[in-house]
Amino acid sequence: MGIRERSATPPLRGVFVARSQVMDSDGLRRALTRIAHEVVERNHGLEDVVLVGLQTGGVPLARRLAEALATVEGTDVPVGTLDVAFYRDDIGLRPVMPEAVTDIPFDLTAKVVVLVDDVLFTGRTVRAALDALNDYGRPKAVQLAVLVDRGHRELPIRPDYVGKNLPTRRDEVVDVREDGVDLGTVQK
Amino acid sequence: MAGDVLLRGGRVVDATGGRRADVLVRDGRVASVEAGIEAPGGVTVLDAGGCVVAPGLVDLHAHLRQPGREEAETVETGARAAALGGYTAVVAMPNTEPAIDSAGVVREVLELGERAPCHVLVAGAITKGRRGEELAPLAEMAGLGVRLFTDDGRGVQDARLMLRALEYASSLGATLAQHCEDESLAAGGHMHEGEWSSRLGLAGVPPEAEQLMVMRDIALARRTAALGARVHFQHLSTAASVALVRAAKSEGVPVTAEVTPHHLSLTDEVVGSYDPVFKVSPPLRPMADVEAVRAGLADGTVDAIATDHAPHAQEEKERPFDHAPPGMLGLETALAVALTDAGLPLERLLALMSWQPARIARLEPAHGGPVAEGRPANLCVIDPAAVWLVEPERLASRSRNTPYAGRKLTGRVRHTLLGGEPVVVDGEPQR
Amino acid sequence: MTASLLSVADLGRDGIEEVMSVSDSFVEVGERAIPKVPALRGKTVVSLFYEGSTRTRLSFETAARRLSADVMNFTVSGSSVAKGESLRDTVQTIEAMGVDALVVRHSSAGVPWQVASWVRCSVINGGDGWHEHPTQALLDCYTIRRARGSLDGLRVAIVGDVKHSRVARSNVLAFTAMGAEVTLVAPPTLLPSTLEGWPVSASTDLDDVLPKADVVYLLRLQAERQTEALLPSLREYTAGYGLTRRRAGLLADDALVMHPGPMNRGVEIAAEVAELPSSVVTKQVANGVAVRMAVLFLLLGSTPAA
Repeated sequence: MGIRERSATPPLRGVFVARSQVMDSDGLRRALTRIAHEVVERNHGLEDVVLVGLQTGGVPLARRLAEALATVEGTDVPVGTLDVAFYRDDIGLRPVMPEAVTDIPFDLTAKVVVLVDDVLFTGRTVRAALDALNDYGRPKAVQLAVLVDRGHRELPIRPDYVGKNLPTRRDEVVDVREDGVDLGTVQK
Repeated sequence: MAGDVLLRGGRVVDATGGRRADVLVRDGRVASVEAGIEAPGGVTVLDAGGCVVAPGLVDLHAHLRQPGREEAETVETGARAAALGGYTAVVAMPNTEPAIDSAGVVREVLELGERAPCHVLVAGAITKGRRGEELAPLAEMAGLGVRLFTDDGRGVQDARLMLRALEYASSLGATLAQHCEDESLAAGGHMHEGEWSSRLGLAGVPPEAEQLMVMRDIALARRTAALGARVHFQHLSTAASVALVRAAKSEGVPVTAEVTPHHLSLTDEVVGSYDPVFKVSPPLRPMADVEAVRAGLADGTVDAIATDHAPHAQEEKERPFDHAPPGMLGLETALAVALTDAGLPLERLLALMSWQPARIARLEPAHGGPVAEGRPANLCVIDPAAVWLVEPERLASRSRNTPYAGRKLTGRVRHTLLGGEPVVVDGEPQR
Repeated sequence: MTASLLSVADLGRDGIEEVMSVSDSFVEVGERAIPKVPALRGKTVVSLFYEGSTRTRLSFETAARRLSADVMNFTVSGSSVAKGESLRDTVQTIEAMGVDALVVRHSSAGVPWQVASWVRCSVINGGDGWHEHPTQALLDCYTIRRARGSLDGLRVAIVGDVKHSRVARSNVLAFTAMGAEVTLVAPPTLLPSTLEGWPVSASTDLDDVLPKADVVYLLRLQAERQTEALLPSLREYTAGYGLTRRRAGLLADDALVMHPGPMNRGVEIAAEVAELPSSVVTKQVANGVAVRMAVLFLLLGSTPAA
């Protein structure tokens, strides 16, 4: 049967070797704070706003964004997690396995859902996420927050909130950790 | 019809021993056996270099399916398969449709065999329709030359009926052959009852089903020995059966026994694939039984290797395992399987496959007899080192159910002479 | 060569873990308002059931539909089989219509293996005679895991007609692969002729086994067994091997009572015992859909096409 693999695109097999640091931990913190402010401003407050982090990279970021929002507005925003494995368009083309169970313990209908992911690349993961959200209800609006936009979009998807715009080559890899972001390559 | 033939360059092996010699055949008989025979004009020379020239093999047990199941085999196709396997005589089993239980059907099969490339003898049924209820007209069939009777496919379940059959047959100089299987134990079983049947979830046949009837018939044979009755045990497959026969023979009870090539070479483990090609009756057994059967061959407890050649049409063998009919092909692979898996030298195997079965079938000296001047030329030429691949589609049998499909076997028949006529030359049938 | 699921033994511990882990996601899907994902859109799953079974067939069908696959059902009646319609012809005809997975159930052991040798699509064993029922074993493992966290070291008693039970054979393979200790409890006539090579213990004393068991798995007793000289009567069976009210009192507080269904209330299990909280039979059924979704997804979705 299938071998477990990260649902990230492209499938990573090998060792990540960093070439340059894109963001340090302070930079990351500041970016999230700025995004929090932008979310509040854009939505005129946090009423009806919910966060949904995409597995796996978007989940810790969604939590940190929720903390930042709590600091900025004093409101606790509901946070859910979403695994889009079953909605991907490359099922059957390469091994795809769910990372974790989807957990959205609230109703999405009439809410503003802010999808949170670490890296925006081709846009296919976000497209799958939009399909998945549909099966949970009918949000009032869906907005997209990403820490890094590395370009190379294959679908008409654009982020509403961006931590950093980072031009990259296709073969490069962006590695997001709790304490920073690196750009590098994967060596076999 | 037979032209002159010279078998050149081989080693002649028969019951008297082995020697390097050419064999000249004239008018259907052996004319001379000596080294360096000069080929007279007009003679067909068949190369026997590196080969053993022996009396033709005799199969005590083959299902030729005619009349009634011609889609699986006919007397002609079965005889051709036999000739390719080195057989010059084969005993056709009576579980045809209708059964061979009367002079009429005996005559029909004998006539079908007249033109066959192998001498076809007929075994008659012991009971009418093989139903195990009333004796069949044994004397009427014996009048046409039948000397072997069996209900094969089934054993005679009723002890009293078997006793009467033995008494009656003794007056005809006939042998009763038994498919030993107690149906009250065996009913519903599809493979050997043991570790594998438990694991595979298939109903099993306890080995005691065979053993009980062997035990019974040894007792009945002991009782009727003075009358001249003879019992022959077909396809023995268990250690217990071999032990019983060994003990009976040591007491002088007049019984004989045969085993099949597949019971010498395959175990019940192969059923794990659920391929019905491995379904057979009696079923394949565990290694301990296979070893006991081989030991029985080695020490003389078992007198013959008989194929139990049982062709079945492909659709029949593609049914679910528990619905498929039991039986495997055997005529074309018997010698090679015996050479490869029985652990015995060719000289010993020839005794088990030629002159000993010939004696049991009362065919000596025409078949199985020593290769000597004046004798009918029923011979086979065997290349003991030839390696060949078993390809079911290329077998002469009409059916394809060989458990050795895809296997490489060692030992092949190069030529077969029936009454001096080359019916197989260089591994190819001539008719 | 596409992957198939013919025997639980093919999966090994790792494979079983993988199925259970993915099943968690599908349980969540089942709890949504719209319990459907597009994962197997465009795939076709065909059920070929030569033996009637509404429950298993519906469970597979629901699983396939929830994955957005197209579904076809062939329930072959006894008469077609009697006419001798070739199994091979039937299966190859179905495959020619375009099939990604064939779920096969038959009353003869080994049929899924034969079918797998004739087709190129995935074959799932939905139950073959007395031999195996892999998806049942997987959902049973999953149910135990959800209730008790892990099967390692758990003591499982499988009670009843093991000899004729494909559920028992698959469960023995699966439970032991996951680290459980299995004891079979049955009268000698209902145990396989030999347990040589089976990683289990056997007992004829249910009262002795029950207090130590973490899981009691009851097998269905078919009435026909009485006529086959395997049992003197159903009453005698219940007296010796039924989970009566008295026996239920011997169970540990957190022991699970399981049954593959349908239950013969009054025979292998007393009616009132079937309704106790320790009985997780309905959970087994619910988990069955998620587990079968996991199996279909892993065979057809998660791996690249051959």
